This record gives sequence, structure tokens and C-alpha cells, in this order.
Amino acid sequence: MKPRLLSGDNIFRLALFLSTLCIVGLLFLIFILLLFHSWPSIRNFGLSFIWTGEWDPVNDKFGALPFIAGTLITSFGAIIILIPFSLATSLFIREYSPTALGKIISHMVDLLAAIPSVIYGMWGIFFLVPIVRKLELVIVMNLPAIPLVTGPPYGVGLLSSIVILLIMTIPYSISITRDVMEQVPTDLKEGAFALGSTKWTMVRKIIIPYCKNGIIGGTTLALGRALGETMAVTMVIGNSTNIPKTLFDPANTIASIIANEFNEAGGTLYVSSLIQLGLLLFLISLGINTIGRIIVHKTRI
Amino acid sequence: MTSESDNILHVKNLSAFYGENKVLKEVDMAVKKKKITAIIGPSGCGKTTLIRCFNRLFETVSNTSLKGEILYRKQSIFSYDPTLLRKEIGMVFQRPNPFPTMNIYNNVIAGYRLNGRRLRKSESDRMVEETLKKVALWDEVKGVLFRSPRELSGGQQQRLCIARTIAVSPRVILMDEPCAALDPISTAKIEELMLELKRDYTIIIVTHNMQQAARISDLTAFLMLGELVEFGETDQIFTSPKNKRTEEYITGRFG
Amino acid sequence: MKMNLQKISDRIATAAIYIMALVTVLPLFLVVGYIVFYGFKHLSFELITRNPAPVGEEGGGVLNGIVGSGIILMISMAIGIPIGLLGGLYLADSPDGKWKHIIRLSVEILQGIPSIVIGIIGYILIVLPMHRFSAVAGGVALSMIMLPIIVVSTEEVLRMVPVELREAGIALGMPRWRVNLFVVLRTGLGGVISGILLSLSRVAGETAPLLFTALGSQFFSFKLDRPIAALPLQIFNYSISPYPEWHSLGFAASFLLLIGILAINIITRTVIERMNYKNG
Repeated sequence: MKPRLLSGDNIFRLALFLSTLCIVGLLFLIFILLLFHSWPSIRNFGLSFIWTGEWDPVNDKFGALPFIAGTLITSFGAIIILIPFSLATSLFIREYSPTALGKIISHMVDLLAAIPSVIYGMWGIFFLVPIVRKLELVIVMNLPAIPLVTGPPYGVGLLSSIVILLIMTIPYSISITRDVMEQVPTDLKEGAFALGSTKWTMVRKIIIPYCKNGIIGGTTLALGRALGETMAVTMVIGNSTNIPKTLFDPANTIASIIANEFNEAGGTLYVSSLIQLGLLLFLISLGINTIGRIIVHKTRI
Repeated sequence: MTSESDNILHVKNLSAFYGENKVLKEVDMAVKKKKITAIIGPSGCGKTTLIRCFNRLFETVSNTSLKGEILYRKQSIFSYDPTLLRKEIGMVFQRPNPFPTMNIYNNVIAGYRLNGRRLRKSESDRMVEETLKKVALWDEVKGVLFRSPRELSGGQQQRLCIARTIAVSPRVILMDEPCAALDPISTAKIEELMLELKRDYTIIIVTHNMQQAARISDLTAFLMLGELVEFGETDQIFTSPKNKRTEEYITGRFG
Repeated sequence: MKMNLQKISDRIATAAIYIMALVTVLPLFLVVGYIVFYGFKHLSFELITRNPAPVGEEGGGVLNGIVGSGIILMISMAIGIPIGLLGGLYLADSPDGKWKHIIRLSVEILQGIPSIVIGIIGYILIVLPMHRFSAVAGGVALSMIMLPIIVVSTEEVLRMVPVELREAGIALGMPRWRVNLFVVLRTGLGGVISGILLSLSRVAGETAPLLFTALGSQFFSFKLDRPIAALPLQIFNYSISPYPEWHSLGFAASFLLLIGILAINIITRTVIERMNYKNG
């Protein structure tokens, strides 16, 4: 009565195992392929790739600085503005709104998350950019030249990209923060009320400290998302290969330069530099996401 | 006097471990054919662990180990293919667990269908009717055979699970506190059922309800902290227990 | 008057929170409203029955994009669903251990990879060896995005199947693989399918991975080894083009894509809630 080697159980176990091999294998494959195909560029430019500001396909000179700058400015810009709004909306859903309204808002946030990037981009081009252009015009015409908020009012550029990234990343941030706030024990909240505290004080002194790790971690994860966002940003950032000097300047993020130039790139060094940018993006978002995950998991006491 | 051939299951020096934790300590016990054997004892004494060893369900949990031996029909249960063993030693659980995605009819013959054994309609019809009659459920459900089992009461669901277990014709039925989640009337019905069933099946029942054990079982085993303290005819155990600890438990001084 | 200060700041905070929450969901109406309005304006029967017209000509449609997206999605499902289901089953059923931890980590990392990087991988993996852009390349790239989503949602659903059902199956003498397929998976099937549908709606809108794999096309095609049109790609190309006729097509196509995705989302979520309510 010994079990056969080719029994259903063994085949099943094998199938499960193979699928897990595929998963891990895929991850390794991605990393190795990126590394391998960036090699010509890595070998050529070395570490200086990261701080070179020149992007000259004609003369085979490539540097990542403009795009790193674009990526960091747009992502951090969006995240900084995002934090209060994400917190406020999550608090609204969890604490302030009557149950029905809270649920509706929550569902709306989920729907916002489902809209594809390219549609945000389209809305960006035809709706947002003209508005931003008018805004930039107004600022330039009526205010003295403040550094960072001056320059030809193209409309497209860092400012539009920040706005659109903000809109696109908020749903993700809210979903994390909302879940974290759900875990605050009711007795803690009621304890505060019983001592005569107002709602806002209770939020400040009880909820926020309790959810601190979740909020910081969630924000970090949202940053990770923003870094990788491609289509919408590509469509409103203005496609420039210079290092941006003001918020009105057109620019490129790592994702958008790849999207813009990959298909036209000829020559090993050109393609390899673009792939190296991809490797860079992969590593940066891997790093940020890992940090974010670690922080969020610290909340699980 | 009892002879060896009356024993369908024989537990020899069995010890069970969860990791380092010893939950059964050198248990020795013989289960007689076509009798009802009750296993009683305070919470945590190891009675559920013991019964789960019989159909090798115990070892499906990670980090468990066993020492000693259990003989089923004179052969070690570990020499059997576990899936075949479980068709001869069936189990009814504490909370009724009919499969929610199947109707009542299919739940009864689930032991066949899920194992890929196709039955002809005439065969399965006959089997469903026979087993449901055996568990005294036929009259109550014969009109709703193709509805979801969730529409049945707890007691009916449990009888359905018993039907499902006996449909594969086991020799032994293990019952792990089968009435714990049921009301007194359903409990009484199931106890009645067990007395009927023992004509054809060996029954081993774990129960925390001493009166139940006294009512229906032929033999009783009393476990405490993993040790088999006393084992014998139910009448004797409940009227003149040999061990002081047994007496204390039965008279309610603890546990 | 410390009391008053607290009360005042509480009132201000409450007002601020209400306002900020409403501002946050405002874009939903702005975006959806804008796309629906302009898209609806340019809707026509032609949209779904014709291929794009040459530049300068009026009319035309996005039939090739609809079909192309469908083909690419089918390829990605053919790869992503089996591996994803098995992966989710593995995570839900196997004992904890080092390998399981590695798989969990890998899935999390895969989920976070930017879609443009996936596009590069699709290019390297399929386009380079084949020496051409193709529908297959697009399908493979999208499957890499689909895979971790299906693994995570499948595991979540299967974990919720009560242990007692699993044990009932084992007690009836079912081997482990049968218990997993015919009891666990079957009981959780509704949730698993919902998870797959949600992943589909997410991937249907992805553009970046298709840029250098499927490439896009003006023509109608069923061929798997040639470039193929896809709805999101068309929307992208039309919106950045200088031709107003193409802009209109872009809006109409956006309308289609948006309605399709939102519909799948809303329907699937409602079904999930309905199911939870029944079981709850």
C-alpha cells in the first residue's frame, strides 16, 4: 500500500513548486537582464552616470542627472502636498463622516485608483495643462520673479506633473492609511472622550501617534508608487532633457525619458543607457518600497 | 472474557508531541468492535489529540510527532496509505461542516464524487436514500435534496455529516464532540442515532459531557493531562471507579 | 479660556477635514466627468466598427485597438492565471518556512516594479530574440504585472476558507491535492474569480509595458507575432498628436476604456460585498 511516485499529490506538489520557481525566477531574470543590458553603459560611464547632466544622443554622451532630478522633484513635490490631504480624507472616512457618506467617499477613492494612467494623462493634456498655463501666466505677469516659480508659462512641466502625480497617488495612500486607522482600538478613543477631550484633540493625541508608523510607511510606499508612474507624467511633463531650474520648466522623469526615447534609440550605448536608467529606477523604487514595508510592518505589535 | 479479535483498534504506548510539548503520555487502550467507546476528561487532557491520531489527522498539523503504535485490524495504521485508511475510519466534527458549494444530495455522496469515483444515478440515488434513512434524515429532506445544506438546522446538518461519513462504508466512526454545537433536542436525536449505528459500526466519541458518556457508551476512557487514568466498562467507571482521580472527576470535584 | 481654544480648534479642524476630503475626491468628478462628456460627444457606431482612418480624413474608429487589447489580454491571462492561482494556492496551503518567506517577498517586490521597467524586460525577453514587436511580447509583459496581483488576491481568498472544510475533506479520505482543488478552491471560487477580474481591469489600462512590446498599429490584425494595436496605446498616440480628428478619437476611445474598466470594478466589488454579506 505504498503511495505511487506519480500520485496526484506529488504532481500537485510539483506544480505548486514549479509555479513558485517561476515567480522567484522571474524576479531574478528581471534583475539580471537589466544588469546585463546596461553593462555597455555602465562600463562606459561608470558611477559618473548618476551625476552627469548631459544627455546628448548625437554625440553618445549620456547622463542621468536631469531625469533623477525630474523624478525626485515631481515625486517629492507630490508627496509633500499629499500628506495632509491623505490624512484628512482617511480621518474623514474613519472618524468624521456619518457611516453612509464615509463609505461612499471610500468607494470613490477606490474608483479614482482604478482609472488608468493614460486617461489621467489625456485629462492632463486637455484640461489641466491649459489651466496651469493660465496660472503660470498670472504668476509671471503679476509677481516679481521669485526663483523656482518663474519662467516661460508652457503649462507642461514640473508643476503639472506634480499635480497629476498628486491626484494619482492619493488613492493608494488613503487606502493604506484608512486600513491602519481601522486598527485603533475603540477603548482608547472612548477613553479620551471620557476624559472630556474634543474630537480633534483625540485625533491628535491618540489616533495619529498610534498610527504613526502606518502613516509614515504608507507615505513611503506612495512615494514608491509615484516614482514609477509613467504615462500621465510623460504626457504633461514637456519632454526636455535639460536639468529643470524652476517649477515651470519642462523636464523628464526617468520613466518618461525611457517612454519617450526608447523606440527611437539607435546604437548600443544609447539603448544601454536607457536600460541603465531602467535599472536605476528599479533599484530606487525597490529601496523605497522596502523601507516603506518595513516601517508599516513595525505597526504590527 | 474479551479476546484479541474483538479489538478493532489497539493503542500501544502512544505518546504525542506538539514540538517539545508532550500531550499524550504512553497511552494504552483497546477499542472493541461495534461498541461505543467514550473518551472523557477535562479540557486539554488530550482526548481530541487521541482521536485525531486514529485517522492520522494529527500528523497533518506541522511540528507534530508520535511515539508508540496504533494497530488497526492488527496492522499499524502507519503502514496504510492515509487516504485509504480514512475511508475505513471516518470522522464527524464538532461543528457541522457540510460543503457549502454542494447541495444536500451531493454532500451525502461527496466521499465518492470528490475522490473522482463516478456512481451511476441509480446507485447514487439508492445510496443517498439509504444513508439518509439510516441517520433518520430522509423524511425531513427528501423533498429538498437539491437545496443548499445551509438551509438545514444545526442538528440536521450534523446528521447530514454523519450520513456523508457512513456513505463510504467505514468500519469505525470517530466523533469529536459531535453534539457540542447543538441544542438538547438535536443532541438527543443524535444520541439515539449512535445507539442505532453501533449495530454496524464501531464508534469512538470524545465528549466533555459526562452524562452523555454514561448514557450511550459501552466503554469509557478517562484521560487527564495526557495520561490514560482509567479505562473500562462504562457502568463500572461511573458507579465504582477504581482510580481516585476518576472518582473526583466524575463527582465533579474538579474539571 | 483654555476651554474655548480647544473648542475653536476642534471646529476649525473639523471644517478643514471636511473640505480637504471633498477636495480630494473632486478630481474623480473632474476626470471622469471630462472624459465622459467629451468622449460621449464623439461617440459613434463607427468607433467600434472601423479601423482608424488615414490622417486628415474624418471618421474612423478603434476596432483594431479593441480587438488588439482583447488578444493581448487573453495572452496575458493564459500565462498569468495558472501561475498566479498555483502561487496563491501554495502560499495559502503550505507550512511556513524559508521558501515560503522568499516567495512572499518576491511577490511583494514584483508588485512594486514600475510598469515601464516591465516593458523593457518584455522588449529584451521577447522582442529582441524575435527581431520584431508582437502581440505576444505585449501579452507576456502584461502577464508579469498580472501575476503578483492574482497571487495575492488568491491567497487572501483561500485563507478565508474555514479549516473545518479542509479537514472534512481529509477525513473523507481525500488526498491533499483533491482537498485543495475540489474543496478549498471550489469554496473560494467566487472570490478568486473576482480577484482575477480586478487584475484584468487593472491591466487593461496599462500602456507603458506595451510601448516597446506590442508597439501598436494602424491596421487590423489577429497575428500574434506582429505588432498589434491596443486601446490604451491608441489613446496615448492620439492625445499627443497634433491632429484634432485624432484627439476626438482619443476622447471617444478613453470613454470606452474608462467605462469598461469602471464597470468591471463596480460590478466585481458589488458581487464581493454581496457574497460577504451572504456568508457573513
